[in-house]
Amino acid sequence: MLEIKNLRVSIGERQILEGLNLTVHDGEVAAIMGPNGTGKSTLSYVISGRAGYEASEGDVLLNGQSLLDLEPWERAAKGVFLAFQYPVEIPGVGTMTFLKAALNAQRRARGEEELQTPELMKRVNAAAAKLGVAKEMLRRPLNSGFSGGEKKRMDILQMSLLEPSLGILDETDSGLDIDALRVVADGVNALRDKNRSFLVITHYQRLLDYIKPDTVHVMAKGRIQRSGGPELALELEESGYKDYIGEAA
Amino acid sequence: MAALKETVDAVEAIDVDAYKYGFVTDIESEKAPKGLSEEIVRFISAKKDEPDWLTDWRLAAYRRWLTMDEPRWARVEHPPIDYQDLYYYAAPKSTPGPASLEEVDPELLRTYEKLGIPLREQEILAGVETRKVAVDAVFDSVSVATTFKEELAKAGVIFCPISEAVRTHPELVRKYLGSVVPVTDNFFATLNSAVYSDGSFVYVPKGVRCPMELSTYFRINEKNTGQFERTLIIADEGSYVSYLEGCTAPKRDENQLHAAVVELVALDDAEIKYSTVQNWYPGDSDGKGGIYNFVTKRGDCRGRNSHISWTQVETGSAITWKYPSCILRGDNAQGEFYSIAVSNGRQQVDSGTKMIHLGRNTRSRIISKGISAGRSQNTYRGQVSAHRKAEGARNFTNCDSLLIGDRCGAHTVPYIESKNPSAQFEHEATTSKISEDQLFYAMQRGLSAEEATALIVNGFVRDVLQQLPMEFAVEAQKLISISLEGSVG
Repeated sequence: MLEIKNLRVSIGERQILEGLNLTVHDGEVAAIMGPNGTGKSTLSYVISGRAGYEASEGDVLLNGQSLLDLEPWERAAKGVFLAFQYPVEIPGVGTMTFLKAALNAQRRARGEEELQTPELMKRVNAAAAKLGVAKEMLRRPLNSGFSGGEKKRMDILQMSLLEPSLGILDETDSGLDIDALRVVADGVNALRDKNRSFLVITHYQRLLDYIKPDTVHVMAKGRIQRSGGPELALELEESGYKDYIGEAA
Repeated sequence: MAALKETVDAVEAIDVDAYKYGFVTDIESEKAPKGLSEEIVRFISAKKDEPDWLTDWRLAAYRRWLTMDEPRWARVEHPPIDYQDLYYYAAPKSTPGPASLEEVDPELLRTYEKLGIPLREQEILAGVETRKVAVDAVFDSVSVATTFKEELAKAGVIFCPISEAVRTHPELVRKYLGSVVPVTDNFFATLNSAVYSDGSFVYVPKGVRCPMELSTYFRINEKNTGQFERTLIIADEGSYVSYLEGCTAPKRDENQLHAAVVELVALDDAEIKYSTVQNWYPGDSDGKGGIYNFVTKRGDCRGRNSHISWTQVETGSAITWKYPSCILRGDNAQGEFYSIAVSNGRQQVDSGTKMIHLGRNTRSRIISKGISAGRSQNTYRGQVSAHRKAEGARNFTNCDSLLIGDRCGAHTVPYIESKNPSAQFEHEATTSKISEDQLFYAMQRGLSAEEATALIVNGFVRDVLQQLPMEFAVEAQKLISISLEGSVG
């Protein structure tokens, strides 16, 4: 379970999050919707621990434990996974090498035994088959020369391998055509589990046609302005965000 | 016997010198006094029982050196070196040249251990012959342990300290010494010619494929001792040899000068692979201490279809000034240079290669990966040239620089000259930074800051690591991670 309590974050002089509260239960898929520049990506970075995104007040708890004093890799080992808006290329580092290094770093941190290559290969190949990731892609350096859709699929493949307890999807739909979006959404849906929560950050309703949220939260001016069920997303599609940013400076 | 006569001559020469120059030459002394003079050059030569021709060769170099100036074109800065404040000869405390390992001072063996010599060399030094790597260990200036000699001898390969080769194979040494790097070549090479202490000599006879990798560890241990290694490798027609050189040095406060010369000669259809892993003391984070590494390495592809390949992983030294080069003299000769140069702290690296195309259809390939972190400066300087007769010469150069942090520098200085219209030279260069995005991405997946950096850097240098012999590649990979420790966060 993810609990965000009165979270305040500034970047430089600018206050981005101004006392944000949010709870996402185990097994719940929560959509965060909101206009551009409202701090949605900042929220994903604060939870995952990116340098420069530190909270001045409030707390972020995962399964009852505060994340804010942990390094990014410690948070990852605790089960935080961020699917990036723009997954990064790492030239020269084989995809398999990266997957093994990441998975085993997390296992070590949790005091679990490291996975040997044959077992890892088995798991990766199974996940790749489900997501339509070609074997040839696994032999290439991580994300190097991959198309936008391939990169997103690789991120979802990593998520299924790392089995996080919280998956954050940051504008996963951006840059995807409708076919790629469907594949990625199917991948996420297959990972839905009663012990896993998702935070789906998006600008458009479109993604939510494929990943059906349990709850929808409207974020504006650094806070959750309104929460509701899936019908809220449809309402936003009609009316836009103007009601929430009306009195903004 | 000639050798005996030479010894007698040498001893007489010492006495004459001692008298003539008022300099008491104590043949038992472990060290020559500080400073450089004709007497010191004669002393070194006498210590090694060298024949007259070699003493004269050294003296000619010394006289030439007096007329030369230090090169100033490299992008490095250091306080002036007082050449009169250095020792030019030091022997280890134990008896030089023990007949067996039992005679080796256990203190020396312990030092090897502390320096982290990989297990396989330790085993060999301890007499456990499990791996076929021959080690000619140079401790300060005198070789103290040589192994696998017999097996090499069976193949007809000569692998010994160059001081010994002067006595046992004077005709080979005399023919090839200084034939690639002439005595007059440059300030540091000329200095080396005058005062070189010892080094390795390799001769692989016609048609012989050397049965094992040859390996030498150089150490610098005596305080204030300039080290002047001299290495000469000759691959006769149709032969093959792979030579590995690895270096470490204990921590010292004063800067230590190191000016080695390595000469490679490949005759018709011969191939030499020369790999180096260098991790000498780079100085502390303020730039205090550390080795000055001013090295001249050159290979002469003298024969048709000859092939010389340099691979280097450079992580150490306060200052590196080093350009392993190939003279592609024979038709169809091939030269290669694969380099990883890592600099951190206050290190300064000015390194690269020269590919001199003289023969027809000669080919060369340069892959250089520079990584700068901390406040270091890392320069690639490379020359590719085609002579008038170098019909069909081809070169491909790829030169990538990676920056870690925002206080270091990377510089690329290619010199390309072609006097033959049929020559084809290609040059690619990139400079990039390890991005916050890459680091955060890898850390978000569970890798610590240092693991993430090491992974990204190892990806960057992968093309070059693949050129190293397997066991060396693993060490090199670790070494790169170690040298970048503390460069992030």
